[in-house]
Amino acid sequence: MATLIKMPKLSDTMEEGVILKWLRKEGEKIKQGDILVEIQSDKADMELEAYDSGVVRKIFVPEGGKAPIGGLIAIIGAPEEDISAVLSGSPTVSASKAGAQANPTLSPTSQASTTAELLDSKGKASPLARRLARENRIDLTAVSGTGPQGRVIKRDLEGMISGKPAGATPVSRPIIPGTAEDVELSPIRKTIAKRMTESKTTAPHFYVTVEVDMDPAMTFRDQINAVKEIKLSFTDIIIKATSEALMKHPQVNATYLGDKMRQYHYTHIGVAVALEEGLVTPIVRNCEQKRLDQINAELRDLVERARTRKLKPDEYLGATFTISNLGMFGVEEFAAIVNPPEGAILAVGGIIEKPVVRNGEIVIGHTMKVTLSSDHRIIDGVVAARFMQDFKKILENPASLVL
Amino acid sequence: MNSTAPVAPPKQSNSRLLGLPRETLLIWYEDMLLVRRFEEKCAQLYGMGMIMGFCHLYNGQEAVSTGAIRGAINPDDYVITAYRDHGQAISKGVDPKAILAELLGKYTGTTKGKGGSMHIFDRAKNFLGGHAIVGGHIPIAAGVAFAIKYRGEKKVCLCFMGDGATNIGAFHEGLNLAGLWKLPVIYIIENNKYGMGTSVERASAVEDLYKKAYAYNIRSEVVDGMDVLDVYQKVKAAADRAREIYEPTLLEIETYRFRGHSMSDPVSGHYRSKEEVERLKKSDPIIHLAETLKEEGMITDQYLDEAEERVKKIVQECVEFAENSPEPPIDELWKDVTIERSGE
Amino acid sequence: MAIVSLREALNQAIDEEMTRDERVYMMGEEVANYQGAYKVSQGLLQKWGPKRILDTPIAEAGFAGLGIGSAMLGLRPIVEFMTWNFSLVAYDQIVNNAAKMLSMSGGNFSVPIVFRGPGGAAHGLGATHSQALESIYSHFPGLKVVMPSNCKDAKGLLKSAIRDDNPIVFIESEVMYGDKGEIPDGEYTIPIGVGEVKKEGKDVTIVSWSKVLAHVVLSAVDVLQEELNISIEVIDPRTIRPMDYDLIVSSVKKTNRLVIVEEGWPFAGVGAQISHEVAARAFDHLDAPVERVTQEDVPLPYAHALEARSLPNLDKIRSAVKKVLYLD
Repeated sequence: MATLIKMPKLSDTMEEGVILKWLRKEGEKIKQGDILVEIQSDKADMELEAYDSGVVRKIFVPEGGKAPIGGLIAIIGAPEEDISAVLSGSPTVSASKAGAQANPTLSPTSQASTTAELLDSKGKASPLARRLARENRIDLTAVSGTGPQGRVIKRDLEGMISGKPAGATPVSRPIIPGTAEDVELSPIRKTIAKRMTESKTTAPHFYVTVEVDMDPAMTFRDQINAVKEIKLSFTDIIIKATSEALMKHPQVNATYLGDKMRQYHYTHIGVAVALEEGLVTPIVRNCEQKRLDQINAELRDLVERARTRKLKPDEYLGATFTISNLGMFGVEEFAAIVNPPEGAILAVGGIIEKPVVRNGEIVIGHTMKVTLSSDHRIIDGVVAARFMQDFKKILENPASLVL
Repeated sequence: MNSTAPVAPPKQSNSRLLGLPRETLLIWYEDMLLVRRFEEKCAQLYGMGMIMGFCHLYNGQEAVSTGAIRGAINPDDYVITAYRDHGQAISKGVDPKAILAELLGKYTGTTKGKGGSMHIFDRAKNFLGGHAIVGGHIPIAAGVAFAIKYRGEKKVCLCFMGDGATNIGAFHEGLNLAGLWKLPVIYIIENNKYGMGTSVERASAVEDLYKKAYAYNIRSEVVDGMDVLDVYQKVKAAADRAREIYEPTLLEIETYRFRGHSMSDPVSGHYRSKEEVERLKKSDPIIHLAETLKEEGMITDQYLDEAEERVKKIVQECVEFAENSPEPPIDELWKDVTIERSGE
Repeated sequence: MAIVSLREALNQAIDEEMTRDERVYMMGEEVANYQGAYKVSQGLLQKWGPKRILDTPIAEAGFAGLGIGSAMLGLRPIVEFMTWNFSLVAYDQIVNNAAKMLSMSGGNFSVPIVFRGPGGAAHGLGATHSQALESIYSHFPGLKVVMPSNCKDAKGLLKSAIRDDNPIVFIESEVMYGDKGEIPDGEYTIPIGVGEVKKEGKDVTIVSWSKVLAHVVLSAVDVLQEELNISIEVIDPRTIRPMDYDLIVSSVKKTNRLVIVEEGWPFAGVGAQISHEVAARAFDHLDAPVERVTQEDVPLPYAHALEARSLPNLDKIRSAVKKVLYLD
């Protein structure tokens, strides 16, 4: 019996996917478990494996084309099998597991628009952009061109090009004073826009700020780095301290579910990483169980892969809490927006050298301001304050983190 | 002979044999005969589609090339001409086999099949080409003579042109420079009465073409182009003068073309009558020389038959050689365009 | 390193090559007694005498053809056209006799000759005396077309041209003769067919040559880099034929954008040829269509305002550069 292959849902926020590459052509055999197609979600490039063995009988969406979640992208069946019933939309065929939850039929309109978009894209990209897109497996239909008549040009692909870390010197893009320009939103940017609006308009935010004496943490870090083969960062230490504090205050490590709230007794901590096209938040899972050096290694790997768009969904989906650190930019303090469905987010400022009063004397010290943004529907002020009090205490006594 | 006042001497009556040895005269006779038979063969091969493009035959004008080149100048002198160039090339000693191979577009041709009928060249024979833009080669001849003089050599350059070429700018610029700088060049107008289909009087304000030399302070003369001895005599005098005192000459050699302008043009028609052609064919320079030689007792009819056989054989060898020669290899297409290694 | 004017650089090249090779001689209108209409041949008659420095009548077809004939016999003439505009009456000589002799004669005769003189517009010379003719001469196989933009190149390239066994069209510029520049001490030549990166950059490549490069493009580049906050690579091919496509293509592969600035007219211009070659060889590297800045498609008028508007200028170059960078 023919199997319909449909666009799978590859992230919580994905609404449609782009076919990057078919690894089997029409008429070619495929075994269960073989990779059939590479798909780009709004978050990452994904591989979809075949769930049944057979022959690829029909491909509906060409490389570069898009389909909504659940949209039919291919049919796998026996070589001689009559698939006319499938093609005509008969309900007797089984839906593929990948797309089981979605509409099994591909509507004529969506097919037409896919073709139209593809043709459209062919007329509107510079030769260089086409080559870069080919080499970097970028879907040009997903890129908005800023050239004449929407032509996709090199600068539209900057930051999407793999092997080129974000933050590397971009090709200079001249800015003409006195003019304005419309820059199209990347898929990630669109997701952020939607999610942040949703958060700020539905979750009542409040903010609690504490100032942490960082001298002990600095000494602690220096001591470890002096004797171990690692380069521990303040982010690592903050993650671990946060995890410890969250384990004591599960109300802060929680999700609002309307008539109830879910409190987590584990800490999956997302760390915001800035890319050219927007934020991603790779997750260090079960921080409560991990040593600092493990967190360090894991985070290093995650950040690197985030920058090259190589994260898998389970590496950026499912955090219970998020940390955002802008300290490296000289930011003293700021407030973040809660990243739903999480209940709170920690905004970390920079470590500032300044006069502090210690034992009644003014001395040169190092402090850091940290602000917790909370969803008031599940977190009260006092809860937030207690959490922050503990967080501060842990960070100011970092030796406890090695226990 | 360094008078600067050009004069048109009276046309000489048929001279006798100028005391030339029999062998020389027979060489000239057979040279003319070879040119005639060669051209007739060309006409045949053209009709068979074996020769392409434009093909201008020399029939009727043989005494000019033979007298001027085979007769009057040395092998190391230079000859440059226009597109009706088979006759001059043969008289200059260019291998007729290579000429016919060239006409058939063969690799063994004079220019490896690149020039064709209008562009016969042979560096070894100092034959500087057939040139196909009317009059374009006239300044080149001045340059050849300039180089002779620059190097202090005792050589001369013969430059052939048709009557039509005397109306183009390059003729006047070339002659002016030759006259101005006293260059050892002999300009030979082969006045066959028609520039293609336009008669001299319909094309030139001055019908006596030798007078055009007056404007450039160049000595000039009229020559009977149907008499190889007259051609020889006057070209020889001009060549001696050029060698001795570096001075140019313009010779208007009166001749007649027995065939059409080119193979694709009619012998007669709107521009000249059949009767005119028939009448002038009676002054055929080859027949004229044969009769003179017979009258002087130098040859018999048997010689004429033998000469005919010899020439026929040469032409047949030319055809066999040309037909059996290979086409130029395609990679020749990109050769001889520029010289890659330059600057010594 | 000595500082000389461009006319002195050319004069040195001719003088040195005449010393080196007695087959080299020079002729043209006013090159001897008058010491050169633009004084390129100043002093040469006095040094070399009338055998090797010859005044010609006003007869370009005549003396161009004469030069060709002498070159067929092995001399190495330098034929000066008072301006390249006058070469048009010798066009048959150059494009038929010089360019084709080697091929047409099946390799029997080469024509080692240099035709040289100023080309392009000067100021207020009107339609027939202001023509940039490199495109028509570079059309013909058999000719090499050389166009230096500075003193050092002018001397080195002219020496190479005189030594070259092929006919050379060597186009200078009246308004460049007074340009001063450094030239190396002692003997040197610059190979024909090899371009030069005048200035490295990364956002856009400008290809230009001769006077427009020296007098318009280089200063425009300074202005535009500052004004648009961009980095421009400038390439001087120095030789129009054979064109150093490799250099241009490799630059375009780096910058992804190309502007060609030339003084000729747009239709079938040199820039059109370069543009094609780049499209063919670097298609996948182009982020924008190649832009060309040329003279307006009209005979050049006399009036200053019209003339200035017609020729390549900063505004036109700015507009082209902005277009390939999508800044307009």
